Amino acid sequence: MGVGITVERLNAFYGKTQALFDINISVLANHATALIGPSGCGKSTFIRCLNRMHETIPEARVEGTVRIGDFSVYNGTSATQLRRRVGMVFQKANPFPTMSIYDNVAAGLKLNGFRKRKELNEIVERSLRSSALFDEVKDFLHKKSGASLSGGQQQRLCIARALAVQPEVLLMDEPCSALDPISTGKIEELIFQLKEQYTIVIVTHNMQQAARVAEFTGFFLLGKMIEFDKTEKVFTNPSDKRTEDYVTGRFG
Amino acid sequence: MRTRFQQQMEELREKLLRMGGLAELAVDRACQAYTERDLTRCQLVLENESLINAAEREIDELAFDILATQQPAAVDLRFILAVTKINADLERVGDQAVNIAERVMDMIELPAVELPVDIPRMATAVSAMVRRALESFVEGKAELAQAVLEMDHVVDRMRDEAFIVLVRRMNEEPQVTQQALDALLVARNLERVADHSTNIAEDVIFWVLGADVRHHAQSVSAAPAPRSESAH
Repeated sequence: MGVGITVERLNAFYGKTQALFDINISVLANHATALIGPSGCGKSTFIRCLNRMHETIPEARVEGTVRIGDFSVYNGTSATQLRRRVGMVFQKANPFPTMSIYDNVAAGLKLNGFRKRKELNEIVERSLRSSALFDEVKDFLHKKSGASLSGGQQQRLCIARALAVQPEVLLMDEPCSALDPISTGKIEELIFQLKEQYTIVIVTHNMQQAARVAEFTGFFLLGKMIEFDKTEKVFTNPSDKRTEDYVTGRFG
Repeated sequence: MRTRFQQQMEELREKLLRMGGLAELAVDRACQAYTERDLTRCQLVLENESLINAAEREIDELAFDILATQQPAAVDLRFILAVTKINADLERVGDQAVNIAERVMDMIELPAVELPVDIPRMATAVSAMVRRALESFVEGKAELAQAVLEMDHVVDRMRDEAFIVLVRRMNEEPQVTQQALDALLVARNLERVADHSTNIAEDVIFWVLGADVRHHAQSVSAAPAPRSESAH
């Protein structure tokens, strides 16, 4: 099951440049939360702070508190432990190109020393079913590489790979921006189903996508969280003029 | 800035204003026709109904296109929803003007009688409501729209009073029943126009403040304050 995320006074820096300013947010468990805002507003930096990807960049650092359920992200937890609980899907599908479809999905578990073949088979199948890919690839799980799939299938393979380690939170950084409308529709449908089991945070440039898939939406601007509310409120009657200007296309 | 979108929104606004002007003119002409027993004005109202109907279709088509192609949000989405509803109300205002004109045409064929009801005063109040509702749309101001809502009670009272005195007169002098009935129906038509003006005002409040004040769902004072001086 998904867990809630609590962020308090989060500040993020790239060297001397501050990218996020005092972000406070509570993400509800088993809901999809969308983050929107113009390029460079800090939304990707924000979700990268949730699984400590931010600190992989030289001179990048974070201040503040992030809790994933009862788990403190920046207080003595190893990044590896954390990322078992927080899966991530990126803008560009990035399957391991030389691995088979099966091995792509099993990679995370194998890396963690999981060797039980029967259970592994079950988890791979369940993950591929959860990402709505199984029926399309079941006949060549071991024969074809992840890279041989279409862009939309590759992205669903990456989602299956993230789900295989049974995370509680799934972060998605513009997961559909390189996909056609049909593949986008499949991923959106998937998000709708996955939130029954996972907490989903999705960064998107496509405001209609945020409106379609997320119950809550946060608007970022210049590193600040300007507004965070129910999605229908943000898109019908936002509280802040800057949010309204953005969602109505008056800037950005 | 979405130039094409803004152009379409401005076009929609202008079309609705023209439609509003036609509906307002129809009501004024019908009321003058009643006061002056003027057949020519009645015919003008009937002839212009087709213009109002055509305007209604044009506005619906444009709103439909914008919704389908531009995915408007927030204040823009509320604006388009409000416009489509105001459009329907204005068309109904036009219908009520036609009803009044047809009633007047019947009345002109009968001998004129003094009736204890001040239809011109009621017509003046109703015209003012239509005008002010359209002004609130033009200005994007919820305060003006709120004033329209408050005027509705006055017109309702006028209609109730007209009903009482006209029924009494019909009982006292059955030979003027037809004229009294015509006047009563005109009063009812005017009250309907006032109701449509109220709907328009409610839609303006929804557009500007995002507040649903229909059926007292939310009062304007409890609605969020507008973020800017006007919605457009």
